[in-house]
Amino acid sequence: MAKKTVVTAEINGSCAEFLCEPRQSLLEVLRDTLHLTGSKEGCNNGNCGACTVLMNGKPVLSCLVLGVEAEGAAIETVESLAQNGQLAPVQQCFLEGAALQCGICTPGFLVATKALLEKFPQPSEHDIRFHLANNLCRCTGYDKIVKAVQAAAETR
Amino acid sequence: MKDFAYAAPATLAEATKMLSEANGSAKVLAGGTDIIVQLREGLRDADLVVDVKKLPELQEVNFSATHGLRLGASVPCSRVYEDAKIAAAYPALVDAAKIVGGWQIQSRASVGGNLCNSSPAADTIPSLIAHHAYCEITGANGRRNVPVEQFCTAPGKNVLQKGELLVAIVFPPALSHCSSAYERFIPRNEMDIAVVGCGSRVQLNATGDTIEFARIGLGAVAPTPKYAQEASEWLAGKPASEASYAQAGELAKKVATPISDMRGTAEYRTHLVGVLVKRTLARAVERAKAFKNP
Repeated sequence: MAKKTVVTAEINGSCAEFLCEPRQSLLEVLRDTLHLTGSKEGCNNGNCGACTVLMNGKPVLSCLVLGVEAEGAAIETVESLAQNGQLAPVQQCFLEGAALQCGICTPGFLVATKALLEKFPQPSEHDIRFHLANNLCRCTGYDKIVKAVQAAAETR
Repeated sequence: MKDFAYAAPATLAEATKMLSEANGSAKVLAGGTDIIVQLREGLRDADLVVDVKKLPELQEVNFSATHGLRLGASVPCSRVYEDAKIAAAYPALVDAAKIVGGWQIQSRASVGGNLCNSSPAADTIPSLIAHHAYCEITGANGRRNVPVEQFCTAPGKNVLQKGELLVAIVFPPALSHCSSAYERFIPRNEMDIAVVGCGSRVQLNATGDTIEFARIGLGAVAPTPKYAQEASEWLAGKPASEASYAQAGELAKKVATPISDMRGTAEYRTHLVGVLVKRTLARAVERAKAFKNP
């Protein structure tokens, strides 16, 4: 077996150190080693977006990142959104707008939306649909998600 | 995923040494959006994965209005399209970089990786052909340059020998009245693989009514991306008109030897070559009329 590596990364604002095999994805490390189970495994091949996290501020699919690649990186997962037991505005808007049913895709949508609103504080519907195209939802038909993102933009 | 060793060398010499001396199969990791999926699904095999994102030459974006662009092979698509100077000078590349997968993919996936994955349907390759770019390759036996249209040799295969590494893609400068466009046909708006992809680039005369020269690259119509040479050369000296674009589209169909699959029949793909050549030439000409090299 390949040698395990010690990796240090900033996870949700805190310094974390973990041991991982080269073949482990960042998603596996987050869920199984660090017990941050908010990021979901949907397809595990880069199509569904349920495992979206921010890596150095950029949205990435954690199933397509090796854990060892996180060395020195800043990672933000859905667990970083709520602060002191208070949902972030984007989470509140998804909740109030019923922008979810089964909820598996929701962490990925929330993280991607966070990145989207930082890039486009007042996104058009096209901006929203284009930038969230790498996040699949089989329940909502997307309209409620788009409306929740627009509502979250208005709270800013 | 099958077990493998991982290394992230800091210098080119170290990287090529690792790749050439590896026992068994060594694979290069840039954005990982193809290779990690292929390793997980057993489509490719690696005993050693060499992460090339720490190599400065592969992360370099060196743009000069007079000397062109040197794009490091592991630079992600998002860095390409977020650069206003690149977007102005190399719009076909940017059109393609913006539609490789979704946003999350573009944050990681590199143009160099798209080239090395060597899919016949890769979005960026027709645009690189249109831009007349070449590949800078380094290996144990030194450096060599290969024109982009000669890089891919079969689906998933290319000219890289064991121990060789794609370092950068080098683009000639965009002169005034020169511009380009890439379009792919897919049955939805985003997140799909091209049924046909087409990149076109034109150099117009100063008055903007005549094409001085042009280059057309095609994807998903043959085992490798194609340079439509006859169509491109025919356009030299022709008026920038719909009739010229249509005739170039007819000539470009000659290099198309597509397969029929779930995305479309061979006949449909051949038809699309004509459509996309016309559309991309028209868009490239409109952009070229407005482009001034600063």
